[in-house]
Amino acid sequence: MKKATTIEAKTKEIVKKHGRDKTSLIAVLQDIQETYNYLPKEALSAVGEQLDIPASRIYEVATFYNTFSLNPRGQYLVEVCAGTACHVQGAFNLMDRLKRDLNIERGETTKDNMFTLEEVRCLGCCSLAPVVRIGGNIHPYLTQDEIPRILRNYRKQG
Amino acid sequence: MVNFIIDGKKITAEKGTMVLEAARANGIDIPTLCAHESVSRSGACRLCVVEAKKGKRAKIVTSCLYPVEEGIIIETKNERVMNVRRLVLQLLMARCPESEVIRDLAKQLGVDPQPRFNQDEDKGNCILCRSCVRVCEEVVGVSAIGFSCRGADKAVGPPFNEDSAVCIGCGACAFICPTGHIEMETTEDTRKIWGRTFKMKTCAVCGRYFAPEDQLKYISKKTGVPMKELAVCMDCR
Amino acid sequence: MKKISTLDDLKKAGDKGLKSLFPGDVKIVVGMATSGIASGAGEVYEALKTEIKKRKLPYILTKTGSMGMDFIEPLIDVIEKDKPRLAYGKMTPDKVPQLIDQIVKGTIDKIRPVYRVDEEDIIAKREKKHYLTGAVPEYLKDIPTMYEVPFYKKQVKIATRNCGIIDPESIEEYIARGGYLSLHKALSAMSAEGIVEDVIKSGLRGRGGGGFPTGVKWQSCRRAQGDIKYVICNGDEGDPGAYMDRSVMEGDPHSVIEGMIIGAYAVGAQEGFIYVRNEYPLAVANLTKAIEDARGCGLLGKNIFGTNFNFDIKISKGAGAFVCGESTALMASLEGKAGEPRAKYIHTVEHGLWDRPSNLNNVETWANVPVIISRGGKWFSEIGVPHSTGTKVFSLVGKISNIGLVEVPMGISLKDIIYDIGGGIPGGNKFKAVQTGGPSGGCIPATMMNLSVDFDALWEAGSMMGSGGMIVMDEKTCMVDLARYFIEFLVSESCGKCTPCREGVRRMNDILHDICAGRGQEGDVEMLESMAKGIVDGSLCALGGSAPNPVLSTIKYFREEYDAHIKQKKCPAGVCRALIKYEINAKKCTGCTVCAKKCPSECISGVKKKVHKIDQKKCIKCGICMESCKFNAITVK
Repeated sequence: MKKATTIEAKTKEIVKKHGRDKTSLIAVLQDIQETYNYLPKEALSAVGEQLDIPASRIYEVATFYNTFSLNPRGQYLVEVCAGTACHVQGAFNLMDRLKRDLNIERGETTKDNMFTLEEVRCLGCCSLAPVVRIGGNIHPYLTQDEIPRILRNYRKQG
Repeated sequence: MVNFIIDGKKITAEKGTMVLEAARANGIDIPTLCAHESVSRSGACRLCVVEAKKGKRAKIVTSCLYPVEEGIIIETKNERVMNVRRLVLQLLMARCPESEVIRDLAKQLGVDPQPRFNQDEDKGNCILCRSCVRVCEEVVGVSAIGFSCRGADKAVGPPFNEDSAVCIGCGACAFICPTGHIEMETTEDTRKIWGRTFKMKTCAVCGRYFAPEDQLKYISKKTGVPMKELAVCMDCR
Repeated sequence: MKKISTLDDLKKAGDKGLKSLFPGDVKIVVGMATSGIASGAGEVYEALKTEIKKRKLPYILTKTGSMGMDFIEPLIDVIEKDKPRLAYGKMTPDKVPQLIDQIVKGTIDKIRPVYRVDEEDIIAKREKKHYLTGAVPEYLKDIPTMYEVPFYKKQVKIATRNCGIIDPESIEEYIARGGYLSLHKALSAMSAEGIVEDVIKSGLRGRGGGGFPTGVKWQSCRRAQGDIKYVICNGDEGDPGAYMDRSVMEGDPHSVIEGMIIGAYAVGAQEGFIYVRNEYPLAVANLTKAIEDARGCGLLGKNIFGTNFNFDIKISKGAGAFVCGESTALMASLEGKAGEPRAKYIHTVEHGLWDRPSNLNNVETWANVPVIISRGGKWFSEIGVPHSTGTKVFSLVGKISNIGLVEVPMGISLKDIIYDIGGGIPGGNKFKAVQTGGPSGGCIPATMMNLSVDFDALWEAGSMMGSGGMIVMDEKTCMVDLARYFIEFLVSESCGKCTPCREGVRRMNDILHDICAGRGQEGDVEMLESMAKGIVDGSLCALGGSAPNPVLSTIKYFREEYDAHIKQKKCPAGVCRALIKYEINAKKCTGCTVCAKKCPSECISGVKKKVHKIDQKKCIKCGICMESCKFNAITVK
């Protein structure tokens, strides 16, 4: 009960910050995504109430854009850059290795909630291709070999 | 008034008329799927395309949204136009292989299915024309259903794919759907749609079930007309 | 922030900027754009900070945006009174003590600079900045000047004029190099119509890819009915491999802002929006600071430069949708909706954002405007070639030695870009093709190296200018896989509104997947070509409308690769997993067992010091064995 009120209260705060403006829906959802690392259903209901937007409209926007996730994301977002330069340097091999090592498919989160695997286009670090970004940190010239050690290090950090 | 040509025929129409309407008013048929007179236009299905020639430039446009222009030359059935229509129908047949409406329309226009296109099994008869969403938003005012996701995953339904919390059971979406994709089950005293079962109200005069209670409640709330007055069916009014 | 309402105020701010650009003491500038930081510039910055503090030196340490030479990042510049500016590449924290030694001693014996700058053009002001008063010191005479270095020799920096030189967070430094002088000229000495005419005269065409004449667009917006109008900056650079706009937004945000204020004055808008991809946090941060600073000194807001012109800018972040780079989808997104495009039979300059006249231009387009106003449309029109005037910024990436950001005059040959500027293909591999225009463009093969890089020539060759991403490929790139890659990208980014794109591009993807997986059928190429026409004609917006381009251009120039995949079930470039085999060359294998240990599917068998063998049935074609073999004993066929 307490958790639900907190989400509602935080959402109210965010809506107010953006001037209670209907057209700020995307910016509001971005702030909620950043706060909770996903879009909790209670938050979306609260947004609908606060901005007087039908739930179907909010759901349309929340599911249209890649930034938003309706399910909690892992602690570390593992983003494999699939830009053209990285693709040409074998990014697909990195993605496959990560899928195998983390035992999840693209878009999924590991059972211990540590990692969510996604594809991203493009980080614009083409001189460092192929690139994988983990928890916001860029790993340049990545080879398949280095992946187990890197994942181990992130796990240690917890 | 605007003067222009469709399929070699000289046409006159009021400024602001869409080519689709101007053509139909002059006996020239253009097939459509997503255009309906009750709702705004979106130009999504691309079936009503025509070629519009202005000077040296000829472009393919959807006639449902293209306003008539002085001196423009429209062709509704040339090779380029038919190529697009053929592709659209072949793609829709692959998307909705069970849809009789699309199959019949294709047959009428002499289009065979394309065997190289993989057939979908999970799209039902939905061609994502958005008519249902628009009627619920613009005419009914409830916005119970909407689109979600994008691209191939785009789908229509209540938010979160859950039973609709706000649907009033009016059935406008099922009525406007060009392919009959939306399932609405009506028994004597109930109506099932979008996961909800609605109790039907009886007419105060003839006693027949005629509309969901929730729909009447909604209209009453919106218009201020009391329920008692609304509980009379169309025939008895 | 001091208010700037007169030319004198501007000059005073500029003087402050000059002092900050050339403090007299030693100044070290670290290139800290996104790719710089990714290659370790942050650590270099910290190491410099520590070393300077340790030695108690009165050196000034600052940062700047993209310098262009990504291939030797981290980059730093050293500026000293009466000495050429020196640029150092491949800096690492452990080289820092040596570098500081050199500076203190006045030598270059330990770490050699990449180039020196004796004087530079301040292109916005038609001035030259001289770094030294006398002759070049003897010990620096052998260091090439910046424009002697092949990478820069043919470049002309207009849109990226300040990138890599100024601190992007300093409005004074921007002003010192001619910033906001054009705005003053526009507001005090030109009429709105005069500005539009000058932009038309310049021949500037949209740099986002559309190539529509900018001045004509401004004129239509100016003439459109309505009291409320908008100017919009499209910073939703979505083409994979393109980061020109990001570099300008990060490295010189004021150039975009000044361009927009001038444009707003010209068309009659009072509100502006900059729509930035949210994958560009540094660009968002630097633009935000720039807007705050501009507002703080009155260059945004009410009564700019003491006139009755009011204008302000708001930043809106994208939310991860490539389609929002399309102008009507971008406007839908600004309105808080899903980014679905709409028909443009009624132009957005008349009915755009909230149905009001809206002038949308790309980041690079806006960045050119201040220079066009200060130097004149005629001056700009004399750069480049007729019908494609000015310069274009490209991100030169892929299989090329000198990966980085370049700005060249339109009309330069592809050969010059690839070989003179780019330094050719590394590793002794052969050049195969270059992709321009991203997923909407096409590939240009090695046989067309003399092609002029301009809007029309690229279009006629089956590609397009696009936003400026230039991806170089060698013989190890499979062109069928490349086409599949672009189509797959578009399938995931299609908004899903119209049938030809949502269903058609998806079916093209199915067929290309089949071809790459060895399931290609006779007639598939013809099928792709026939679908292409319907998709190009029938799609609602340019995403679907240009989707077939990469497929058509690779079919046009590399038909034999498609045939090999379909008829012989072979991938000549050795990329498509289903069609390749990794094999161990018995003559070269030393039995070191490294590959067997690393193989994730344990399909390599062999005894130590004896030739190893790959079990093709278990092999998942990941390529780790080939990557780890030190004896080049593993090949892919």
